[in-house]
Amino acid sequence: MTVTTLTPTSGGPRTTGTTGQMCTFWVDGLYFGLQVEHVQEVLRYQQLTVVPCAPDAVHGLINLRGQIVTALDLRCRLGLPPRPEGELPMNVIVRSRGEVVSLLVDDIGDVIDTTEVSLQPTPANLPPTVQDVVGGVLPLPGSILLVVDAERAVDVSTPDTTGGTP
Amino acid sequence: MDDDAEIVAEFLVESHENLDQLDRDLVELERTPDSRELLSSIFRTIHTIKGTSGFLAFNRLEALTHVGENLLSRLRDGKMVMTTHTAGALLTMVDTVRALLEAIEHGAGDADPGVDVESVVSLLERVLAGDVEEPAAAAAESGEQATGPELESVEDAPPAQAAVEGGEQATVPELESVQDAPPAAAAAPAPEPAPVAEELLEPALDLAPEPVLEPVLDLAPDPVLDPVLDQVLDQAPEDVPAAAEAEEGRRGVVDSSVRVDVDLLDGLVQLVGELVLTRNQILQRTEAADDVELVRASQRLDLVASELQESVMRTRMQPIGQVWSKMPRIVRDLAHQLGREVDLEMDGHDTELDRSLLEALKGPLTHLVRNSLDHGIEPPPARAAAGKPTAGRLLLRAYHESGQVVVEITDDGKGIDPRHIGDVAVRRGVVTREQLARMEPRDVLDLIFRPGFSTAEQVTNVSGRGVGMDVVRTSIERIGGSVDLTSTVGCGTTMRIRIPLTLAIIPALVVGQQGERYAIPQANLVELVRLEGQDLRENVETLAGAPVLRLRGRLLPLVSLSEALGGEKADPDGLTIVVVQADETRFGLCVEEVHDTQEIVVKPIGRQLKSLPTYAGATIMGDGRVALILDVGGIARTRAIGAAHATEPEVQVGTVDSRALLVLEVSQGRRAALPLTAVSRLEEFELGRVERSGGVEVVQYRDGILPLLRLAPAIGLAESPPAEDQISVVVHEDGQHRVGIVIDRVLDVVEEQVVPTEVGRRNGVLGSAVVQDKVTDLVDLDAVVRPLLAGAR
Repeated sequence: MTVTTLTPTSGGPRTTGTTGQMCTFWVDGLYFGLQVEHVQEVLRYQQLTVVPCAPDAVHGLINLRGQIVTALDLRCRLGLPPRPEGELPMNVIVRSRGEVVSLLVDDIGDVIDTTEVSLQPTPANLPPTVQDVVGGVLPLPGSILLVVDAERAVDVSTPDTTGGTP
Repeated sequence: MDDDAEIVAEFLVESHENLDQLDRDLVELERTPDSRELLSSIFRTIHTIKGTSGFLAFNRLEALTHVGENLLSRLRDGKMVMTTHTAGALLTMVDTVRALLEAIEHGAGDADPGVDVESVVSLLERVLAGDVEEPAAAAAESGEQATGPELESVEDAPPAQAAVEGGEQATVPELESVQDAPPAAAAAPAPEPAPVAEELLEPALDLAPEPVLEPVLDLAPDPVLDPVLDQVLDQAPEDVPAAAEAEEGRRGVVDSSVRVDVDLLDGLVQLVGELVLTRNQILQRTEAADDVELVRASQRLDLVASELQESVMRTRMQPIGQVWSKMPRIVRDLAHQLGREVDLEMDGHDTELDRSLLEALKGPLTHLVRNSLDHGIEPPPARAAAGKPTAGRLLLRAYHESGQVVVEITDDGKGIDPRHIGDVAVRRGVVTREQLARMEPRDVLDLIFRPGFSTAEQVTNVSGRGVGMDVVRTSIERIGGSVDLTSTVGCGTTMRIRIPLTLAIIPALVVGQQGERYAIPQANLVELVRLEGQDLRENVETLAGAPVLRLRGRLLPLVSLSEALGGEKADPDGLTIVVVQADETRFGLCVEEVHDTQEIVVKPIGRQLKSLPTYAGATIMGDGRVALILDVGGIARTRAIGAAHATEPEVQVGTVDSRALLVLEVSQGRRAALPLTAVSRLEEFELGRVERSGGVEVVQYRDGILPLLRLAPAIGLAESPPAEDQISVVVHEDGQHRVGIVIDRVLDVVEEQVVPTEVGRRNGVLGSAVVQDKVTDLVDLDAVVRPLLAGAR
C-alpha cells in the first residue's frame, strides 16, 4: 500500500485565504480540486469488494488499514462516462462528518495554492449532476479548477443524485 | 479468592480511587471554601466509604468516617466555615483512612493497633465542637504540612530502594530517608538493600536537625500532632512485611489492577487487527524469501502478534462471576426484606463475556432476581402448604451456547399463571378480552414484557411499580440479546437471557457468491444442506415461482443469495442451502460455495450503505479483503418471507429448551413425543446396514456400534410394516452410551405448554397430552432405553 502523505507545499503566509490549498485530480479530462483540509490521504488503486444492491456511485469497499471505507466513483457521481476498461482509479480519501470515504478519480495532480484566486460560481450550463457536486470554479492560468464540495460529493443517499450510468 | 475477599478487594480499589479524588477536592476546597459542590462531593465519598465499611464490619473505619461525615455535613449545611485548620483535620482523617485501608489490604483488618484512629476521632470531634484554640490550630496546620509528605513517603515508598535513592541524590528531602530508613533496616532479610540503608541512616540522622525537620520535632509534644506522629512511627514497621512482599514481586490489590477507558481498549483492538493483517502480508512475502534472518523475524512477529491479539481480546472479556459475586448479598437482603427463605445456587462463574455487555447485564439481572424473589418464590408458609421445602431455590446459571452467552434465572416458586396474567392485562387495558382469547398461553406470558405491566398485588419496596420487565427486555435487546421465559404453574419459572459473546467479534460462516465472500453470523445459522441429482428433484419444488424445500417433513422457503444480491437466479445441478433463522423466520439461503466458519470482527459500514437491509456490516478477511456480513433478518424482510410465514406455528420453532418436544410418528399415524434435549441427532440408516448383535438390532455408527430400539413395541404399540429401504432413527446419548430409537418419521419440533394427563399411562409412556391439537404419547425415555443401556453397562 503506497501512501502519499499530503504535506502542503510551503504556502508561506498566504495560506489564510478562503480557498487555500487544493488537492487536485482529474476525472474524465476535467480538472478538479478539493481543499486539503478535507483530504486525509491519497492512495493508489486498492482492491475493491463489490457491494451488490448499493447505489450506483458506490463502487465497493476498501480496507484502509483495518478501517472499512466506502469507495465512490466520481465519474458516476458526476454523471460522466464510465472509466475505460483496464484503467485503474486512484483513491482520494476524504473525511466527512466523522466518516472516511474514498473518491475514485482518474489521476492525481499536485497540491496547489489558490489563495490569490477567488472562487466563482459554477457556470450555469454545466450538467446538473456536475453542478450538484461542484461548489464553484477557480479560473487558473491555463486551466479551470472545479472545486468539489466534499460533503455533497459523498452524499449518495438520495437516489436522484446518484446520477446513474450514462 | 472467596467472595468476601473479592468484595473487600473491590472496596479497596474503589476507596483508594476515591481517596485520591478526596485529596484533590480537599486541597481545592481550601482555595474555594464556599464551594458546596466540592463539599457535597467530599461528603458523598466519605459517606460511601462509611457505608461500605459498615457492611464489611470494619468498625474503626466506620467510626472514623462517621465523625468525618458529621463534620462535613455541618460544613456542607453552612453551620461551620471551612478553615485551613478544618481542612487539616480532614486531611488527617483521609490519611488515617488510607492507613486503615492499607492495614486491611495487608490482612490485618482495621483493628490493627498500629493505626491510631481514636486520637484522630477526638481531633475531629474537637474541631466539630469548635473548641480548638488558634495555636493548636496553627500547630495542627503546620503539623499537617510537615506530616503530609512523611505519610506519603511511608506509604508510597518502594521501601528500600527509596532509601537508596534518597541517599544517592543527596539533595532529596531528608525526611524521606529518615522515614524510609527504618523499614529498610528492619527488612534485614532482604540482603542487598539493607546494608546500604543502614549506611544511609547515618547521613539521614545527621540531617535531622536541619530546618526541614524542625517543625516536626518542635511540634512533637503537641497533643494534636502526637497521634499523627504516633501513627507515622507505628506504621513504619508495619510496612516492612509489605515491603518484603513487594520485593518478591507480589503486588497489592491496588497495584495489580488498572482501570482503562473502554475507548482505549477499542482502539487497541482495532490497532491489533491492523497489525495482524500487516503480519499476514509480511508472512506471505517472506515465505519465498531466502533471508533466513528475515524469515525468523517474521515468524517471531507472527507469534507475538497472535499472542498480542489474544491478550487484547481477553482484556475486554470478563467472567460473569463478577456479577455473580454481588448476588448472594442482594438475595440475602431481599429475602430478609420480603420474608422469604432462599437457597441461592450459582453456576458458570467463569463464563466470559465482553465487559460492556457485562455492564449492561447487571441491571436487568438484578431486576430479574428481585422478580423471582418477590413474585416467584412464595413465603415459607405458602410453600409448606404447597408441599415444598420452606426454603425456595434460586438457580443462576451461565453458559456458552452456539456463540452466545445464556444466563438463566430459575426459581421453584409459584410460577406464572397465564390466566392471572391475562386477567390483569385485560384490566390494565394492555389487551382486549377478544385479543386475549386468541392468544397462545406462551404469548400471554409474554404480556409481562409489555410496558406498564405489573401484577404485583401491592407495590412493594422491591418490585411492582409497573416498570420492569419491559425495561429488562429493552435493555437486553439493546445489546443484541433476547429474553424469554418458561413457567409452570406451581413449579417455578425460568427466565432465559441470551446475549452475544461480544459485540465486536462473532463467529460466522463464510460463503462464496459470484467471486465475493459473505459472512453469515453463526447466531442465525441452523444447518447446512447439500442437495444433488435425485434428491434435488424430489425435495425442491417450485410453488407459483417460489422454490421450497421439503426438509424432514416441513416446507422451507428458499431464497437464492444471488437473487437477494440483485443478480440472476442460477440453475445449477446441485444446491447448497444454508438454513438460517432470524427472529421467528426460518428459510434456506442457496449459496454457490461454503468456505468455513471463522471469528470475524464486525466493522461498521459507511452511511451510503446503511440503508441497505441486506447487510449488517462488513469485516476484513485474513487476506486483507473486505467481506460483507449478511443481515439474515433483512434478507427475509426484503424477500417478504417473514410476513407470510410468521403466523405458521411450525415456523415458530424457537430455540431448543428443556420443554421443547420432538414429535414423532410411530405405528402408522400414532404420535409420540420425546423431550428435544434427549435427542442428540436424527439419522437415516439404510436397512442393509442393520446388523444383529445378540438379540439386539445394531448399526455401525461413528466408529462404534449403535444399538437400535424400535419405539412402537417399546411403548406398547403395534409396529408399522417395515419401511422399504431405510429407517429413521433418533439418536439418544446418555453419557457414554448411545441408543438409536427407530421411529416412522419425525413430524415436528414443538415448544408449547404441555399438560400431561393420566390417560394412556403405561409402561414406557408417561401419559398422553394434547400437542398441536392431537393426542400424543409422552415417551418415558428412561424406561424405554433402560433395558438396552443396562445391557450395555
